[in-house]
Amino acid sequence: MSLLPLAQLKIQKPGGSDSCAAANDFCPGWIVDNIDRYWTPLLEHVYLTVVPVAIGFAISLGLAILAHRRRWLTGPIITVTGIFFAIPSVAAFFLLQPITGLGYTTAMVALVSYTLLIIFRNITTGLRNVPAETVDAAIGQGLTHRQVLYRVELPLATPEIMAGLRIATATTVGLAALAVFAGAGGLGAEILVDKHFKSNVVVAGGLALLLAAVLDLLILGVQRAVTPWQRARG
Amino acid sequence: MEAQTGHSQAQPLEFREVTKRYPGSAEPAVDGLSLEVPAGEICVLVGPSGCGKTTAMRMVNRMIDFTSGDILIGGRSVRERKPEQLRREIGYVIQQIGLFPHRTIGDNIATVPKLLGWDKPRIAARVDELLDLVGLDPQQMRDRFPAQLSGGQRQRVGVARALAVDPPIMLMDEPFGAIDPINRERLQNEFLRLQAELRKTIIFVTHDIDEAIKMGDRIAIMQVGGKLAQYAPPAELLMYPASRFVEDFVGSDRALKRLALQRVRDIDLWKAAAIRAGTPVAEARAMVAEADVPYPMLVDEQGRPKGWLSDRALTGERVTEDLRSPAHPIVELDDVLRDALADLLSSETRYGAVVDKHGTLAGVLSLEVIQTFLHTAPAASPTGADLLTE
Repeated sequence: MSLLPLAQLKIQKPGGSDSCAAANDFCPGWIVDNIDRYWTPLLEHVYLTVVPVAIGFAISLGLAILAHRRRWLTGPIITVTGIFFAIPSVAAFFLLQPITGLGYTTAMVALVSYTLLIIFRNITTGLRNVPAETVDAAIGQGLTHRQVLYRVELPLATPEIMAGLRIATATTVGLAALAVFAGAGGLGAEILVDKHFKSNVVVAGGLALLLAAVLDLLILGVQRAVTPWQRARG
Repeated sequence: MEAQTGHSQAQPLEFREVTKRYPGSAEPAVDGLSLEVPAGEICVLVGPSGCGKTTAMRMVNRMIDFTSGDILIGGRSVRERKPEQLRREIGYVIQQIGLFPHRTIGDNIATVPKLLGWDKPRIAARVDELLDLVGLDPQQMRDRFPAQLSGGQRQRVGVARALAVDPPIMLMDEPFGAIDPINRERLQNEFLRLQAELRKTIIFVTHDIDEAIKMGDRIAIMQVGGKLAQYAPPAELLMYPASRFVEDFVGSDRALKRLALQRVRDIDLWKAAAIRAGTPVAEARAMVAEADVPYPMLVDEQGRPKGWLSDRALTGERVTEDLRSPAHPIVELDDVLRDALADLLSSETRYGAVVDKHGTLAGVLSLEVIQTFLHTAPAASPTGADLLTE
């Protein structure tokens, strides 16, 4: 699997930093010269993170709202999503291949299933932490149950929901690095291509880390923007 | 929609044989409750915990549905409307207030107007009007979040929110329960002043008999098992407790509580002989004979009390300024009876000179007068004082 890309990589190594690369040191010069080849895998990685988290969020939200109306569903949902969460990701990528084939679909199905438990639990916790008197006052003023949910409960659960999204996103950035085994590319593929070449691993791994950090800050920024009351104290 | 937002008329409220049974519990939470609250009055539901007072209140806006009987607002059953619609027309204030922490004060107050689809300028104007009404500065408060307010301010916002669409009925569940005693007293007074203007029909729940006596036009005392023990105006309740339970609940100091409810002007005072210096003694003696108090009171030209005359003052041809004791204490017609009693108890004389706004002698207050008052009907039957003049 890795022989052919390795051969290609060798060809790409330019003469200038040859000695450093040959010695398998950390080569800034090589990185500068070769940074372009990482943009596509990075974009793939962004895709492999953002889409599963978004889909996972949509599914979890639906499940959480369902479980909010029918409390008894909470246990079973946590059990099922917990099992998904416990399956080793690499195993999932291979197990899904006979059904969904090699490529994005397999990666997506697996990555989405990993986000469910985290996001579901956080939404549920957030909804449960809404003060009872706030809900009572809302109902007492004549809000319908739907209005209570969308205008009061979900907005007040935002901090917990956002916390869930942050954990899910960071986790997915990491797991998406293994999507290469589902044939879905991403930065993981780039690491595997020349896993013995330090500079390559550092750049690809570093970009994944950076991606996780940037996405985390992004979500944090959104959270702060949509929860102005959280900063208004005293 | 327009009709219910103008200055809406308060409506009478009636519980008719209302019973609430929870499945699986032998005793009903509320047992055949019947009472009528006239429009514009505060009815306080009071009783020990577990007496069903909050349940009774929450059945009015159908936060809890009753098992049997009916509740009528302005003669119309609360069951005729969808719960959400009904609730929008009933102000709702709870102890924990329950402001929406994620909404500004302005948005909190605008909750029901928004549900009813008012336009923005109208909502903005109403929010400012209500903040003014409850004594908060609209400029300062409108855009703050609840977390930025003190407990007392939040409570005021809670009241403003309940009044947003000027509902004919208000439900208040221990609205001042979470406020410290000093601020509670202030908020209670503020609310009573507000109510004197607004004249809403209010169901007010509390476990505190003193608050009940202070706030209620009528008090419904409930006992465990959801039974109504007595329903009466405060003075009547204190005067004629219907049962041992009520007697215990209102407390052994119910006489003092009654005095706290009334002013000196509500009581039939003793008539005193108000005599100016220089009055012919014969005339003075005739006045004393007609008065309820055996001692004549010396007054100045304006009729203001100067002191109790001694026997010697009435021995010559004309009354002299010979005083037995100064006119102390002096109480005013507007003083609360309990305070007047305290003045009387702490002074050396048995009689207190009662004066009106101008300081003119209006009568005499004595321990006997108060005692007699406590033993007569609270509706102040005018014959009560007549018994005194023997």
